[in-house]
Formats: sequence, structure tokens, C-alpha cells
Amino acid sequence: MQASESKELYLSEFRRHRSDGAAKNPPWLRQLRESAIESFQELGFPTTHDEDWKYTNLDSLISVPFHYGNGAVKSLTAKEVLAPALADSECQRLVFINGRYFSELSDLRRLPAGVRVESIAAALSKNDGFLERHLGRCVRIRERAFAALNTALTKDGALVVVPRNCKLGEPIHLIFVSVANGGAVACHPRNLLIVEDGAEAQIVESYIGLGTGNYFVNPVSELVGGEDAVIDHHRLQRESAKGFHIGTLEARLNRNCNIAAHAITLGGGLVRNDIHAVLAGEGSECLLNGLYVLDDRQHVDNSTEIEHRSPKATSLELYKGILDGSARGIFNGKILVHKDAQKTNARQTNKNLLLSADAVVNTKPQLEIYADDVKCSHGSTIGQLDRDALFYLRSRGLDREEAESLLSYAFASEVVGKIKIDSLRQKLNDYLLSKFTRNSESKIP
Amino acid sequence: MTMLEIINLRAKVGDNEILRGIDLKVGPGEVHAIMGPNGSGKSTLAHVLAGRENYEVTGGAVLYEGKDLLAMTPEARAREGVFLAFQYPVEIPGVTTTYFLKAAVNAVRKHRGLDELDAMEFLSLIKEKMQLVEMDQALINRPLNEGFSGGEKKRNEVLQMAVLDPRLAILDETDSGLDIDALRIVANGVNALRNHDRAMIVITHYQRLLNYIVPDFIHVLYEGRIVKSGTRELALELEEKGYDWIKGQARSLHAGVQRPEV
Repeated sequence: MQASESKELYLSEFRRHRSDGAAKNPPWLRQLRESAIESFQELGFPTTHDEDWKYTNLDSLISVPFHYGNGAVKSLTAKEVLAPALADSECQRLVFINGRYFSELSDLRRLPAGVRVESIAAALSKNDGFLERHLGRCVRIRERAFAALNTALTKDGALVVVPRNCKLGEPIHLIFVSVANGGAVACHPRNLLIVEDGAEAQIVESYIGLGTGNYFVNPVSELVGGEDAVIDHHRLQRESAKGFHIGTLEARLNRNCNIAAHAITLGGGLVRNDIHAVLAGEGSECLLNGLYVLDDRQHVDNSTEIEHRSPKATSLELYKGILDGSARGIFNGKILVHKDAQKTNARQTNKNLLLSADAVVNTKPQLEIYADDVKCSHGSTIGQLDRDALFYLRSRGLDREEAESLLSYAFASEVVGKIKIDSLRQKLNDYLLSKFTRNSESKIP
Repeated sequence: MTMLEIINLRAKVGDNEILRGIDLKVGPGEVHAIMGPNGSGKSTLAHVLAGRENYEVTGGAVLYEGKDLLAMTPEARAREGVFLAFQYPVEIPGVTTTYFLKAAVNAVRKHRGLDELDAMEFLSLIKEKMQLVEMDQALINRPLNEGFSGGEKKRNEVLQMAVLDPRLAILDETDSGLDIDALRIVANGVNALRNHDRAMIVITHYQRLLNYIVPDFIHVLYEGRIVKSGTRELALELEEKGYDWIKGQARSLHAGVQRPEV
């Protein structure tokens, strides 16, 4: 199927949705959607002629005619959902299957008073003006085709609002499961995550793929941190090999806000992660901490942009990739420092470990610096396992495979070690250890 | 019964022939010191015995407990009870000593037909052995050798030796870079591991270590061959006369391998 035909399919889905579910949307949202679909129509799908998409060819995504699962999904058990999400059985969570909210799998019993965690659809029906004021502020629908498509077609997602000075005692999990058996399904989850002044929160978004067929998930999250807010945000991506995942995270940091955005990419056939963090407030700090572990013929494109708009902000970016088989990884890290962002401190590192002769990685930093009193550094490496370290471990009795897997695990642990949620970090460590040890049985599904 | 027999061993690194015919016999319970000037092939010998790639054996043989050592992979040698304490132990971020040593101990135990140790059993084993090298518990839970001082790295090598219980231990310039206190601790640890069944090859440049780890035999390596062998008095003679004395002696030997005098 050609790009124009595919585009037409999405446009007709929009028209169908507009007269169906979206008919009940309030006027401001209908207007936002119209404007979004117009943008999508104008922009079309990105091609490899676009500098930002130079390494990622979308033909395989464009050629699949997706349907929109309408909740006719057999429900899953909590265990089937929580285990791949590396979440504890008692965790506080919202669960979505093929884009539809499932309250029976969700659990908000221990949510503190004043904290809002609910499906966007539920929040919309309250008509309290909140979404009108906040939804869409951070998303660049004029420039980003997939963000525009998400805005036009989204049916649901998560709303999280942590009020001023409230310090959440446990993480909130937002779990998005795609189940594709039979026809190819698509969904566009939209999340709005607001942590107000002085508040602290840990949020884990997980994207899981079950089933045997193709599917497409196009999530967009808007994450806003108030003054002095502290946020640990995580995106755990475990799509199936037949999954297309094009994800967008827009983060806005106000004065002295501190956000750590962890992106752990373990699955997916064709994946694109777009992260845009804006350090809007003086003294704000962000950490972009990413790990991608690829095999077979996976293709993962990480595109990050850190924008320093105000003085004395700090950004630290560490992205590490481990590539095996014929996998293809891309890291494109942009740092933009505006003229008034004096005393910016920005550090970017991308390290890649190639475990096979056919794995390929492209790494490209981009620095655009307009202020003159700044400290900006970047570095990237592409290499193989350290032979001295391998020999050392083998000289102690570990065989070649054990030594290689231990070193791969060690390479990943620099990123995983920065995750503060103990159970998530431990489960991720266990998963990686068993993944790299080819001979052992996998303990984590 | 000879534990290790090295017969006319020749080896090269790249295009350089470093070992030019080494002959050596080591029996259980014996401590052999190998001394020699820089470039004589001491480290090469250690690495060839441990099975490092890039070291190409061009002639001769090595029998370990009657088996062909050179045909074994590095891990097979370790599992059969050969241990090399490295001169420059590598740092491995992300892997703690505890984690990897437990994996190593269990690999060796499995090979010997013993049950694997669980976390608790291993912990109590390692705690016991840490006392031999006066090591702090905190260090073993850190990434392997990361940020360790020279002395701490060497003590970590001896700790691993104590935990893995090898039958043949090769110590490659274990004294290099150590001050007198660190040297004393390391030597005490090594001495505590001497017994009737275990054999050790102690490779060193300086005589000083041999005051602490008193060898049964000393061999002097020069230009890839053992040119002189003796007991500990030889070390004192070397200390007094320097390596030039040996070089002079070696030049007056015939070309080809001569059985060194003991």
C-alpha cells in the first residue's frame, strides 16, 4: 500500500470516529482534533528524506491496514498483564487493553486523597475544564505527524495529577497492553501527567504486546513538572516482534524541577522514541536515562531533544544500546541551548555494545548552542566486549557464554542502576541476566 | 608425582618469539619462584599457562596432572584447578566480586561433581577467606576492582585464590606496585594457602617478596629461557650481584637448551 492510500485510511478512521465516539467530545476538543488531522494531512508520514527520519524507513508500518479494536477483547488476568510490566501484584495502576480502559484490572485503592489518577475519557465526562486548560499544551502538532495523528484519533489514556507538595509514597503504573490476534490493531493512547509545585511522584508507563499479529501503538505523553517538583518517569517498552511503536514524550520542567526520564526499550519490531524535554525554569534538572537491548531484526530509533531555555539548568543524558543479531539501533541526541540559558550544564553520552557482526548502530549528537557561558559535552562509543575482562572471567572458570552474558549485563547495569524503584530495578536486572544467559531458562516472561 | 611439567615450551606474541624453550617441573606442595629482568618472558609464561589468546605456542608441551594443558580452554584450566593471580587485574564495572566469584566457585564445584553453594553458604565462605587478606566486606560488594588501590586489587586476587582453592596457583608479579604493608598482607595470605597438595609459581622481579614467601626453588628467566636454578640462596646472590651477572653467565652457555644447574 502506498503512503497516500495509508494516509487515506487514517483520515477515514478520523471521519468515522468524529461522527461516532468523538461526537460526544466538547467543542474545544473537537476543534483540537480537527486542527490535528489537518496537520497530519499536510505533513503526511515522515520519509527518509526528512533529516530526523533519515535512518528509519516507515514503509512496513504504512503498508499495514490497521483496525481499531473496539473493546471486543477478551479480558486478561491481572498476572498476564502485571508480569510483563515488571509490576508488583499490589501496585497502584491503570490498565488499558488495545487503548480501552479496563477498571477491573486497575487498582487505585491506596491512592491518597487529592491525587487524581483516572482515564482521560472519564475525566472528559466530568467536564470540569481541567483538560481544556492542560491537554495539548506541550504537543507540537504542526511539526510532528504522529503526535498530530494521536491527537486526532486518541480514544483514551491516563490522567495523573499530583497536587502541590504531595509526595506519593509508591509508584503509579500505567499499563498499555496490545493484543493482536487476527486483524492488525492500532491505538493512540494519550497521557497527561502533571506533578504540581513541590510534589513528588514516580510513574511507570509500560507498553506490552501479546498475541501473534501486527499492531501499532502511537502513545503521546505530556509530562509537566511544577516548581521544585521531583519526578521519576519511566517508559518500559516490551512490544512483541510484530509491534510497531512510535512513542512521544514531551516534558516541561519549571523552576528547580527535577525529572528523571528512563526509557527502557526491550521489544518491538519497528520502534521510534521521541523525547523532548524543555528546561523552562531556572535551575531545573533533567536526566534522560535510556537502554535499548535489541536482537534479531529489531529496529529502534531513539531521538531525543533537550532544550535549555533558562539559565543554570542541568541536563544529563546517558543512552546505552546492546545490539545482537541483525538489529539496527539509532541514537540521535539533540541539545539546544537558547541565548539566555547561561550557566547551562549539559552532558550527553551514548555507548553501544555490538555483540554480532551484523548489528548496526548509527549515533549522531547535535549541539546547537547560542549562549556563551555554558558547559556542554557529548561523547559516543561503539564497541565490543572487552577482551581483557572476558579473559579474566574465563580464567576464573566461567565459560565463554557466561562471561559474555555477564559483561553484557554489566554494560546495561549503568543505566538500570539509576532506576530508584527497587522492585522494578531488580526485576529488570533479573530479566536482563536471564536474557543474556542463552542457556538458562528465562524467569521473567 | 609431578603436578606441572613444562617441556621445551616456545611461544611468541605477534612476530616476537618470547619463550625460547622453557623446561620446568613442579610438584605438589612446592613453591617455585621465577625471577628475571624485564622482557625475559615472565608474564608471557604466566599468560601462556593461563591460556590467553594472542600468545601463540610454537613448540613444546605443558602437562598438568598428566593432561595436555595447552589443549584446554581458559575456563577448563580454571575448573581443573589452575589459578592465575594477574599482575594488572582488570576493572569490571557492573559486576561485583561477590556475584562473579560465586558463579566461578559453582562452575568449579559443578565440574568436580560437588553441589553448588547457595547465597548463604557462599557468603559465609567468602567471609571466612576475607580474613586471610584483611579485606573489608564493603569492597566485595562493589564492582570488581573499580576504584581499588593497587594493594586492594592484589588482595582481591589472593582472596579469589583462597575461595577457588586451586591446585596450581601462578602469581604474576603480585608484589608490583605494593608498599611494604600491602606486601606483608598479601604475602601472609599466600603463605596461609600453602599446603602439601597445592603448588605455586611465584613470578617476581624483585627479591624482596621472597623474604616473605620463601620459595623451595628459584629459577632465573632470561631471554625466554631458564638459565639458572637454585634454592633461596640464589635469590640473595642475585640481589647482591644484579641481573647483569646472570646475563653474563647466560652468554657463556652454549646456544640451544642446557639443563640448568641446581
